Amino acid sequence: MTSLRIFFVGGLTSYRALFNWLTPWILIPSFLIAPLFQILLFAYIGRTTHLESDRFYVIGNALQYAAVPCLFAMGNTIGGERYQHTLSLVLTTPAGRLPLFIGRSLPVIANGFVVSAFALVTGSALLGVHVPLSAVAPLVLVAAVTAFSCTGLGLCNAALGLRVRETAVTSNIIFGLLLVFCGVNVPLSSLPAWMSTIAEGLPLTHGIAAGRRLAGGADLGSVAGLVGAELLIGCIYLVAGYALLRLMEVEGRRRGTLEIA
Amino acid sequence: MKALRLVAIGWVFQLKMLSRSAFDGLLGILWPLFFATTAFFMFRTSHDPRALLYAALGSSVMGIWSSTSVAASSALQRERWYGTLEAIVGTPAHFSLVLIPITLAMSTVGIYSMAATLLWGRFLFGIGVHIVHPLLFAVAVPATVLAIGLLGFLLSVTVVRYRTAWALGNALEYPVWLVCGFLVPLSLFPGWVRPISWALAPTWGVRAIRQAALGGAPQIPVAACIGLAALYGIAGALLVDTVLRSARKSATLSLT
Repeated sequence: MTSLRIFFVGGLTSYRALFNWLTPWILIPSFLIAPLFQILLFAYIGRTTHLESDRFYVIGNALQYAAVPCLFAMGNTIGGERYQHTLSLVLTTPAGRLPLFIGRSLPVIANGFVVSAFALVTGSALLGVHVPLSAVAPLVLVAAVTAFSCTGLGLCNAALGLRVRETAVTSNIIFGLLLVFCGVNVPLSSLPAWMSTIAEGLPLTHGIAAGRRLAGGADLGSVAGLVGAELLIGCIYLVAGYALLRLMEVEGRRRGTLEIA
Repeated sequence: MKALRLVAIGWVFQLKMLSRSAFDGLLGILWPLFFATTAFFMFRTSHDPRALLYAALGSSVMGIWSSTSVAASSALQRERWYGTLEAIVGTPAHFSLVLIPITLAMSTVGIYSMAATLLWGRFLFGIGVHIVHPLLFAVAVPATVLAIGLLGFLLSVTVVRYRTAWALGNALEYPVWLVCGFLVPLSLFPGWVRPISWALAPTWGVRAIRQAALGGAPQIPVAACIGLAALYGIAGALLVDTVLRSARKSATLSLT
């Protein structure tokens, strides 16, 4: 019961306290305006280069933008606590680490999903991209799974925050790598082979591929493998992130660097 | 003379501080490279070396705007965090002479990113930059940096009452990349976008740099760049007085 309370109440409280994202002054420019302009930027570059259709860029960028809340928010679970001088207090509590850290990821997944959904809807409307009605529910599922897998990677980023002071820098770098590697704006077939091989092991790649097929008229059954792969990758990153967090916590205690990393 | 000395020394100090910041220095170089790499992959499919060069030059200016937009919009907030805002407002020098070097240093840091993007394009994508008018190129780059720095100055003053202005600066990054024709010709946009593009100095800056490098007459875009920079400077300086008067009157300088 206590673990459940830490998971839900602790996660939500931490989200509200740490990120302050409930204020529209941050939420609107960061999560609503920026993804739309990223979609427009690449859609227009796509129109210049005649590489792919607008739909390709709407789906790719809308799903990829879930990475912003997922990476930054998870990074802030450590960086923000350190900034507020509460990191040591949190880590000295007897609370189970699993509900403590995973609980913090739940609101983040919801945040990433909402950002993607908004970008999908408004990006499609702005560029006149038609998505079949039958694809809407499966796309909702894909957006949720993609936000989940990004949060898994975000947990790894949070673990890095126990050793690296500038979590905003690592979050931006990971976001940039996902942009380049995951077939967001360039088809995997147009990337060098080594890049598309790495992309297979990253969050987003399979989710975006599934999203594009669904928007193209495919049914959920035909992309089940891609959705499953995205989910599996998310689980792997989540487990790896949790293990890394524990390792870094132990290391941080041993070296006395929790507050000064 | 004193004013010039203040701007020059302030610019050097700020440049040194920014160069040592992981966020403004390292990320300022890396961040535009991700977008440049994506653009290079996209433009490469056209198999046109001129298209790749067009993308390389446009991408290189993206970094100058990136290093300015977020940092400039939160420039005053940053001074507040440092606890130095009251001190610099209280100096006998006009506040714009204190603030301009800060935003100029931010846009100057973008030159690192510009060089990194061109080298990245050269060594990883084989994009050779042959500059047709080297002298004019050498004028176009500082003119662009100056104009973007002063646009940053105007931005920082305009959003002074907006406590989380960094978020606005962040959101302004893509729109300026888009409407200023860094990677997309302005002719692709609806007609109502063009006056907005013309009012933004980065549009003329990237045009000047492209025409100096690829051949053309960059003198007019350079002049437009400098003219807009002067306008931004005057507008910002006038606005600074109003904003400071208001903040002093309501005693909100350190609280906003």
